Amino acid sequence: MSVDKATVARIAHLARIGVREEELEPLAVELSGILQWIEQLNEVNTDDVPPMASVHDKALRWRDDVITDGGKQGDIVANAPDGQNGFFAVPKVIE
Amino acid sequence: MSDLTDLSIAQARDLLAKGELSSRELTTGHVDAMAEASVLNAMITEMSDVALAMADASDSRRATGTAGALEGIPLAIKDLFCTKGTLTTAGSHILDGFKPPYESTVSDNLWQAGAVMLGKTNMDEFAMGSSNETSYYGPVQNPWRRDGDNQALVPGGSSGGSAAAVAGRFAMAATATDTGGSIRQPAAFTGTVGCKPTYGRCSRWGVVAFASSLDQAGPITRDVRDNAIMLGAMAGYDPKDSTSADVPLPDFEAALSGDIRGLNIGVPKEYVLDGMPGEIETLWQQGIGWLKDAGAEIIDISLPHTKYALPAYYIVAPAEASSNLARYDGVRFGLRESGEDLTEMYENTRAAGFGAEVRRRVLIGTYVLSAGYYDAYYLKAQKIRRLIAQDFQEVYEDVDAILTPSAPSAAFPFGDKSDDPIAMYLNDVFTVPANLAGLPGISVPAGLSGDGLPLGLQILAPAFDEETMFRVAGVVEEAAAFTAQPAQWWRSGQ
Repeated sequence: MSVDKATVARIAHLARIGVREEELEPLAVELSGILQWIEQLNEVNTDDVPPMASVHDKALRWRDDVITDGGKQGDIVANAPDGQNGFFAVPKVIE
Repeated sequence: MSDLTDLSIAQARDLLAKGELSSRELTTGHVDAMAEASVLNAMITEMSDVALAMADASDSRRATGTAGALEGIPLAIKDLFCTKGTLTTAGSHILDGFKPPYESTVSDNLWQAGAVMLGKTNMDEFAMGSSNETSYYGPVQNPWRRDGDNQALVPGGSSGGSAAAVAGRFAMAATATDTGGSIRQPAAFTGTVGCKPTYGRCSRWGVVAFASSLDQAGPITRDVRDNAIMLGAMAGYDPKDSTSADVPLPDFEAALSGDIRGLNIGVPKEYVLDGMPGEIETLWQQGIGWLKDAGAEIIDISLPHTKYALPAYYIVAPAEASSNLARYDGVRFGLRESGEDLTEMYENTRAAGFGAEVRRRVLIGTYVLSAGYYDAYYLKAQKIRRLIAQDFQEVYEDVDAILTPSAPSAAFPFGDKSDDPIAMYLNDVFTVPANLAGLPGISVPAGLSGDGLPLGLQILAPAFDEETMFRVAGVVEEAAAFTAQPAQWWRSGQ
């Protein structure tokens, strides 16, 4: 499968990565090359093969539903590019 | 002081225990060597003062009779491990200024064992790369060069800084991570020993995530014994990582018996590649001979889905990366580029913060997970992953370990493959299957190429059988008697 400029623009928006107009075509060529290489997987019949998401085949562990950590508001916002009064500040979302 | 940087961890441990060496002396030797080697660009953050203070603290602990397994040993930490209060970048612009308020479990285990931190090593951005050319902090130079040639070579990646620091003899060992070969391939390129343990052996807590179902931490060291010592200190069950394995932690060093009589070693026919240099094939045959001479039985095996591991990996890993890297949004940490509204702020931040390879993989990952393509790509790759894991399960009914080359070439010059993503991805053709199947693997330096560069052999073992992996690796190491070192051309007066 090859992807065109419009598809690259759509997935870039889904991924929230700004891509300049002049970068779209070279990226389409690059991504198409990778996708075409990946398509050799279609040589393999996988009709009755269950998908494997992880080698970890055990059920995830349970733990008691108790608070184990907390009270770290200062630590949490310490690395924020714009941390104000213990909050993360962002550009206006609602007009 | 230069002889101090020639000591292995095991040798230094004995001298420290006998009181013939202090951590202060040992650490000073490495701090000085690190300062001399700055042209290699192996470190993102050098921490000489911290190292010397930690060394003094270690000497004080030893004086009171408490010494851990790595007491007083100076190490470098890949900049993917969060270190409390110390800049942690993952080699990316988008983590500018990030100082974690917590310590990764693996690095904390090392400090608990008494180790000393020299600093944070350079790496491919978010561990995405096989040549250390994608780092925002610039490429790392391999300490090795071809005979009679001054051309700079890549150290491999993504743990290129860790490998260069160990090969350049200014860190006794370094932590690293391996999602598709990022420990074993740079180890092969730098004449060092690099092990990716079983998935779940080392905690992922506090390690910046790339592809969570594949990422695994491990050590890069100068020899196999040091690797066993380091892994023993790094590994262990951690309730903070939901996929950490609650299994007993063996004494890996004790597994180095040198006795592999009666072991069955598999040699997979699918690991012969078109266009692979003949000297790698020859080295592999030599390795087979060494194991046979040591009393192992060699068994020809087939891992039929091997050729599909790499393309399956390049769906699974980017898919997981696109999800993991969604957190870099300019809100909670790192870089922010302003925008007219929230969406534009996200897009500008991520455009400025991610390099070309990271952007490529996030876009591929987003595409294969997007509506209409999920089944054709992501689900298909997960099914292929099952077949690859089953290939290994079947052969491990008959063999105890597998011997392969570590990488399909020796170290190459900068720029050689950076314009062709697929040529770059092919570096990991022999290492990726073990990540998909979650199995342990180790690269051991086994010989030199015709132009004087190190080449590695890889030993793979069944899940949670690192003991057999180390035992076989020790035999390969002894038979190979690899003593070559890079000329230390970066040092003054050399």
